[in-house]
Amino acid sequence: MRDFAYLRADSVEAARNAAALPGAMLLAGGTTLVDLAKCGVAEPATVIDISHIEGLSAINVTSDRAVIGALAKMSHVADNAEVKSLFPAVSEALWQAASAQLRNMATIGGNLMQRTRCPYFRDPQNFPACNKRAPGSGCSAIGGVTRGHAVLGTSEACIATYPGDLAVALVAFDAEVDLGERKLRVEDFFLAPGATAEQEHDIRPGEVITAIEIPGSAAARRSTYIKVRDRQSYEFAAASAAIGLELEGDGRTIRDIRVALGGVATKPWRARAVEDALKGKALDENTVRKASELAMEGAVDHGANHYKIALGPRVVARAILKLGETA
Amino acid sequence: MTVHDMKHAASDSARLEAVGGRLSRVDGPAKITGAAHYAVEQQLEGLTHAVLVGATIAAGKVTAIDTRAAETAPGVLAVLTPDTITELKGASDWFGNPPGVQTYCPLVREVTFSGQHVAAVVAETFEQAVAAAALVKVWYDETPAIVDLSDGKAGDGIPIDAMTKEWGDAQAAFAEAPARICTAYNTPREFQAAMEPHGLIARWQGDELTIWEPSQWLDGMARTYAEWFSVPFENVRLVSPYIGGGFGSKALALAHSAVAAAAAKMLDRPVKLVLNRPQNFTSYGGRAATRQTVAIGADREGRIQSIVHRGVNETAVDGMWVEPLGSVTSIMYATPNFSSKQNVVRVNTVVPGAKRAPGENPSAFGIESAIDELAYELGLDPLEMRLINYAEQDPHAKKPWSTRQLREAFAAGADAFGWAKRSPQPRSMRDGHQLIGWGVAAGTYPVRRAHGEAVVKILADGSVEVESSSIDMGQGTYTILAQTAAETLGVPVEQVSVKLGDSHFARAGVTGGSRLAGVMTGAVYKAAGQALDELIGLALSDPRSPFQKLQANTLQVRDGRIASPRGEGPELSIAELMSALGRDHIEAKGDTLPANTTPEERYKNYTTIAMSIPHTEGDWSRHSWCAHFVEVRVDEDFGTVRVSRVVSALDSGRLYNPKLAESQWKGGIIMGIGQALLEEGIVDRRHGRIVNGNFADYMLPTNADIPDIQTISVGIPDPHSSALGGKGVGELAIVGIAPAIANAVFHATGKRVRDLPITLEKLI
Ligand SMILES: Cc1cc2nc3c(=O)[nH]c(=O)nc-3n(C[C@H](O)[C@H](O)[C@H](O)COP(=O)(O)OP(=O)(O)OC[C@H]3O[C@@H](n4cnc5c(N)ncnc54)[C@H](O)[C@@H]3O)c2cc1C
Ligand code: SF4
Repeated sequence: MRDFAYLRADSVEAARNAAALPGAMLLAGGTTLVDLAKCGVAEPATVIDISHIEGLSAINVTSDRAVIGALAKMSHVADNAEVKSLFPAVSEALWQAASAQLRNMATIGGNLMQRTRCPYFRDPQNFPACNKRAPGSGCSAIGGVTRGHAVLGTSEACIATYPGDLAVALVAFDAEVDLGERKLRVEDFFLAPGATAEQEHDIRPGEVITAIEIPGSAAARRSTYIKVRDRQSYEFAAASAAIGLELEGDGRTIRDIRVALGGVATKPWRARAVEDALKGKALDENTVRKASELAMEGAVDHGANHYKIALGPRVVARAILKLGETA
Repeated sequence: MTVHDMKHAASDSARLEAVGGRLSRVDGPAKITGAAHYAVEQQLEGLTHAVLVGATIAAGKVTAIDTRAAETAPGVLAVLTPDTITELKGASDWFGNPPGVQTYCPLVREVTFSGQHVAAVVAETFEQAVAAAALVKVWYDETPAIVDLSDGKAGDGIPIDAMTKEWGDAQAAFAEAPARICTAYNTPREFQAAMEPHGLIARWQGDELTIWEPSQWLDGMARTYAEWFSVPFENVRLVSPYIGGGFGSKALALAHSAVAAAAAKMLDRPVKLVLNRPQNFTSYGGRAATRQTVAIGADREGRIQSIVHRGVNETAVDGMWVEPLGSVTSIMYATPNFSSKQNVVRVNTVVPGAKRAPGENPSAFGIESAIDELAYELGLDPLEMRLINYAEQDPHAKKPWSTRQLREAFAAGADAFGWAKRSPQPRSMRDGHQLIGWGVAAGTYPVRRAHGEAVVKILADGSVEVESSSIDMGQGTYTILAQTAAETLGVPVEQVSVKLGDSHFARAGVTGGSRLAGVMTGAVYKAAGQALDELIGLALSDPRSPFQKLQANTLQVRDGRIASPRGEGPELSIAELMSALGRDHIEAKGDTLPANTTPEERYKNYTTIAMSIPHTEGDWSRHSWCAHFVEVRVDEDFGTVRVSRVVSALDSGRLYNPKLAESQWKGGIIMGIGQALLEEGIVDRRHGRIVNGNFADYMLPTNADIPDIQTISVGIPDPHSSALGGKGVGELAIVGIAPAIANAVFHATGKRVRDLPITLEKLI
């Protein structure tokens, strides 16, 4: 039997101590961890159940900032009235993620930490080579089925897409992840693969996400998340965009804009080039479409994922134009 | 073992019980409340668990298997390999052809596809078996695999002469036709993707074998087990009370079934083996990938002069599957010249199998797309084009249709859809960023006929039991057989209980090809009629009967009460009569076979498909028909396609239960939407392995993908097709949906997608 020890942490402190043990893995909603254990990808020596820790599921939202406990359920955050009105892109990203059943189980902390859907990563028996799973073993995806793989932030070691939706919105609005001892910008928390595909996050043994914090802003208030996929629901993004927009008093000049993409990159992808190209410009369709192309600066495809290079900017442009219309 | 609450089912409204009434599924409440126990949910004393080890190469030899670590793992009872598993005898195929091999080993040394079973572990618990299976080490000598139809090594394949259909001089007529199109259409490998995985529990008691396994064909599968283990057919009992979706995949005993039954014999303990989800994509075949070219030549008015059709489907290296690609091509439209030929190409895959409307489904994608292309070429309305070429008789068999309400289907569908308001130009209808397209396509499915038997018992309390080894996989057998018995006997439907899914019940052939309802309503009608005759006969003649002195020549049963037709004399409930007669039951077995059928023929009829009756037998050509009208919305930037409206008009003859027929039709349409837009087994071409074998990555439509679907029945009773006038329902509606959607996508975008599924990258 693949035995493992099960520990139930009743405080963050206890969770941190236990998480420092070798082979320890945290269990929140379990929708990623149990799945990966079944695939033979996750083989924890100790499972630390944090789902019973009190006080970690609060959702506190003011116009200044949203503080969302790591154990808050995706469905609760998505449905929170303040989140909806002050951070609509966050709510929309969550609504369009996974399925109703999963959203009711899954937590915000676990959501950030979900792993790639690269089919080779998920099938160790048939595809032993995977740098993310077994550093130095190679990458089975390159040269294989790559329709879902990333075009941005890839390396020779790994081209796996970060699949989540929420983190895309968080990156757009400069959110931070609270690790107790330290706070990191979500954008810095996620790591591109480089030569170390196995390191996906800047998180150290013994660290536990306790909350995420999203600064309030005019752009966050006027924001949206558009997710494109073949299936209308319950599918990861072929490409997605989280956009926030603030216009000058004239109602057409862009004062502030936030652009982040999902489904196309190895980490939630902030597209500052697009933002820079649009700040101070009048919001019109041509300008927006042209600027959106900049989101794909440096994109590299691997055959079947080529379409993402065309699709990504279109999703960005659609989202910006949609926000422009809702003046 | 049926736990159906008939009162609940019958409560919707009056006269539901009659054949043709909209009775709700009688098994519905049991399924919703969890009272329905599926085959592998049986709790047995001493149950052990088997887990399979699959090949990680697509072609080559197993050179060594190291089982030591697995054997010593906790709870492990046995590790089976080709060397250690009990030897089985070869079994005959589903036509009853004798096996090509003397012995059969369900674990292989020669690997012909990725995932093929090479070993199995049996342990006390499922978790122990899973863990130990991961410890089995297999070494291979890998050889190059042919991964799919487009593999350079695949070649042209093997011509299947039996598929050739020709009349006139198709090539010459095509060459001379003033208007021509010649295009190629591809469909990918698709899977049945039933919610309930394949699996079974096998238990031996002496030389008697009981198998609990979801099954579309108890008698056929029982025969296979009997032959594998050289025991008499009667010694095998297959139990399959409910089936969580089959779609063609659950009609045969497969390699994993043999492994479980062999393990149970070796250990002398019951063994449960359930395929995990990825194994459900490699342990039995889905719909074969297909390629077709369709060339149509027509005159300027759109009258077809010639159709030249060539088809190819993939099959396995070690098994033959023919997906008849010319089946719709050859009958849908009138043409003086026709040629259709088909090859199959061996690739390293598990043998493909039946998936809802095998043959007709991809065939219709070819011809119904092609005729649409020709309509645009000629500037004709695609509906008009179809009517111009309406086949007044079967163009291939040259026989009249038994019934063909296809013209009525086109008319009713077009009217309800509002087809007349269509703007003919592609890309001419839009709503914001959404390009709107309307498409039409027709579908058909042959009336497959066979024979069945049923037992009907009238019990002392006046209740009625129907028994049959046929099955209900959600299509409604429990319900319509209750309705048939209720109507024939004149009792309320809540007095009837139907027992299915046990091979020791009265026999039935395969539930496939949309034949079961027609066959089994006929058998129940006969058996119930015989039981009623016996009841009335006794009532009139038995000295203990209160009717005896009436000297009437018949009696009538209505609402469970028996009386003379003119109402003179007593009126009794059936229970009262049974008690007067001193009978605890009356039993009749009825079948639809000719009276002189020999026992051997009976056995063959139920355990093989060799005795199916051709749909063109005698004077008629018998088919169900439908016309689909579809609206799609295509995002002009994203290429995403959403089906926003479906109106389908269908001719399945007389409907035994319109509510269930509509559900079946809608199920077919939904499956067709998945086929058109989402479903595709994606093969890693270096490894010959399906990489999306799970429900997160193999895309099936969700509720959000399905619009409101309107179905309209345009059928009339067809006396040539079945005893009660029905034609096939279950497979019909998926035929033609994919081309209707592809045609609508063309109308929306001006882009013709000839490769399914129509995913977004094909439109941006
Ligand atoms: C079929 C399917 C479809 C999906 N579709 C989508 C989708 O469309 N969009 C999308 O965004 N997501 C999708 N998901 C992913 C889903 O959102 C995640 O599985 C879920 O959010 C994980 O949360 P959890 O609480 O269940 O995490 P768990 O499974 O409990 O944990 C996941 C990981 O995070 C770690 N972890 C958990 N909590 C903490 C913490 N507080 N601090 C540090 N580490 C922690 C765990 O150790 C583990 O490694 C899908 C998942 C499935 C199975
Ligand atoms: S893309 Fe990354 S996750 Fe996928 S196989 Fe390659 S290294 Fe592994």
